[in-house]
Amino acid sequence: MNHLAPLAVVVPLIAAGLLAGTASIASRLFADLVSVATAVATTVLCAILLARSGHHEVVYWFGGWHPRGEVALGIGFAIDPLGAGLATFVGAIMCAALLFSWRHLEAISHVYHALMLVFMAGMVGFCLTGDLFNLFVFFELLSVAAYALVGYRVDRRAPLEGSLNFAITNSLGGFIVLTGIALLYGRTGALNMAQIGETLAHQHTDGLMVVAFTLLVSGFFIKAAVVPFHFWLADAYSVAPTPVCAVLSAVMSELGLYAVVRIWWSCFHGALGGHEEALRMILVVAGVVTALVPAVLSFAQTHLKRMLAYATISYIGLFLIGVGLLSHDGLGGTAVYLVGDGFVKATLFICVGVIQHRKGHVDEYRLRGACRDLPYTGAVFVLAGLALASLPPFGTFLGKSLVEDAAVKQGFGWVIPVFVIASAVTGGAILRSAGRVFLGLGPPGESNPSFELDEQEDTETRGEASRSRTPGVLFVPAVLLLGAALAVGLVPGLPQAALRGAAVLQDRASYVAAVIHGAAGVVPHLPAPKSPNALDYLYGGLSTVAALVLAGFALFHEQWPGLLPSVVVSRAGAALWAVRRLNSGRVGDYVAWIAVGVTAFGAAFALTML
Amino acid sequence: MSFLPYAVAAWLFGVGLYGVVTSRNLIHLVVCLTVVQSSTYVLLLAIGYVGAGKAPIFADIPQGTTVVDPVVQALTLTDVVVEAAVVALLLALVMQAHKRFGTLDPDELGVMRA
Repeated sequence: MNHLAPLAVVVPLIAAGLLAGTASIASRLFADLVSVATAVATTVLCAILLARSGHHEVVYWFGGWHPRGEVALGIGFAIDPLGAGLATFVGAIMCAALLFSWRHLEAISHVYHALMLVFMAGMVGFCLTGDLFNLFVFFELLSVAAYALVGYRVDRRAPLEGSLNFAITNSLGGFIVLTGIALLYGRTGALNMAQIGETLAHQHTDGLMVVAFTLLVSGFFIKAAVVPFHFWLADAYSVAPTPVCAVLSAVMSELGLYAVVRIWWSCFHGALGGHEEALRMILVVAGVVTALVPAVLSFAQTHLKRMLAYATISYIGLFLIGVGLLSHDGLGGTAVYLVGDGFVKATLFICVGVIQHRKGHVDEYRLRGACRDLPYTGAVFVLAGLALASLPPFGTFLGKSLVEDAAVKQGFGWVIPVFVIASAVTGGAILRSAGRVFLGLGPPGESNPSFELDEQEDTETRGEASRSRTPGVLFVPAVLLLGAALAVGLVPGLPQAALRGAAVLQDRASYVAAVIHGAAGVVPHLPAPKSPNALDYLYGGLSTVAALVLAGFALFHEQWPGLLPSVVVSRAGAALWAVRRLNSGRVGDYVAWIAVGVTAFGAAFALTML
Repeated sequence: MSFLPYAVAAWLFGVGLYGVVTSRNLIHLVVCLTVVQSSTYVLLLAIGYVGAGKAPIFADIPQGTTVVDPVVQALTLTDVVVEAAVVALLLALVMQAHKRFGTLDPDELGVMRA
């Protein structure tokens, strides 16, 4: 029964239409109930598809347009374990976010719920489709819903500007992707990814193929916020409503990387597979830069949401290294890492949402010591901060050790310090702010005066009376998400399943057989991945301790003035400020950086592949 | 097959991008974005063009007539619809900027720094 496949997209779309249509007559409770129930139903559908796809790819042709004579003209879903797993993860995060919206956002209409459901439908479709143009359509669908959600509080400057920057840069990304698709269609006459891959595999590499590859990769990298395409992300994620932030940060950016993985293995691997060495190096270097620079910027923020936004970019860099290894254990490890980290990021955003609900703003300095009365939120926040710093046995630790193993196997052992540093610095930023906000540690300070976000953000929740305590529906999702992050690290068999899913995705021959010929694929037999050994625990412990040391240093260094020479401090401060100024808030600058980035990736691909 | 449509598509992409980068007016900026988008229409139609091909409306033409590729026309139509949604949303945001903050200059609107 493959007929369940389209339901995972159709159900949320119909529910969204229902909510938008009944906006004027139905109650708020109705909207909350319908949206949460729809999210749960979609998650269950995706989980069923995930279970089905474990045996062979689930292929569904819309309107019964099956391939004839090895030519696929119809539009089809081609669902493999990794895509279905990502769709299930989208649904799970969406459930938590909608549950949290129940009380956090009081001054919203049904349009919000409808937009969230359209957003979910777009993301689920993006994960399940086997058609390149369909991928673009879902990309635009989820993006338009996300622009509207980020700019939901359009009566304030910061969300308006964040949404505009997000919409302009990502639309441009969509056009770049579409140009790539057009060139690829001109070359192959096909839009089905399996068919494209099959046609390209019999052609020799030329400029057109490399240009199309560059455009597709760059366009999706804009969505994923890989440096230097990342500027829009901090502007958008720091101003969106908190439940939207949780979804954006946990899954939306990562979808860009999923698309790159999908088009490489399904479309281009047959033709450009000979240049795997070069591509591996390019992706890993881009990942290292994306992991390190935003990690430092994250540490420099005092606005909690903006800090988490930069941490998101930093983790995108780590995931890019993982998938850039172009091996099944790199990709499978990244899948585990992504899910573990997504749960942690959503937990952190929801804790920040609780703080915002209770205190009305989220600036670290203004909140100094203000949250002493929120011990449980503080405990969850600190645990999530430690998980971000790869504390065993959280899912982040397991994913990180799997990716590090894969890196060593590919001869990229030198990236291990990058993983340790990026997770220590982003985790350290969270722990520092936790120390200041929940315990009142460290000296008082001024928040960045040129940064006026927090003044404009204080009425996301309404009604002073509701602020005296934390409603259960706000706190429970945070605990559940943190529990899920822990479960990812502990469930036996999960790494094995992820690695097998990765091997299925990378097996182009069986993908083509399943999609074009309707044949059942062969489930690959892989040796079980080794469980984390002493060295992995050492790295995990090292980054956790380093995060604590960094947080302690940031809070207390003024008490030991001789610890670092002042010239070092001032030089480092000036350099950091120069990097921070690059994120100017001007969308024109961001687009110029996009042009630079596309050119750089294009030059790198052309030099190595032609 | 003429080289011209591809040159037009590249030109539209380039000038649109230049406009987005240098624009000081949000409405102008959104229009520049649609210019970039227009390049994809031209490119798609050029790719599907067949010399002396008829429009692919099969009810009116005898079987075996040479027609242009209908798939790219469907893609272009979808593209137009997607673009309409994006531009409508962007213009709605721009209108809010004008109505509430009295400016169309992206620099004056700016609060995001570092």
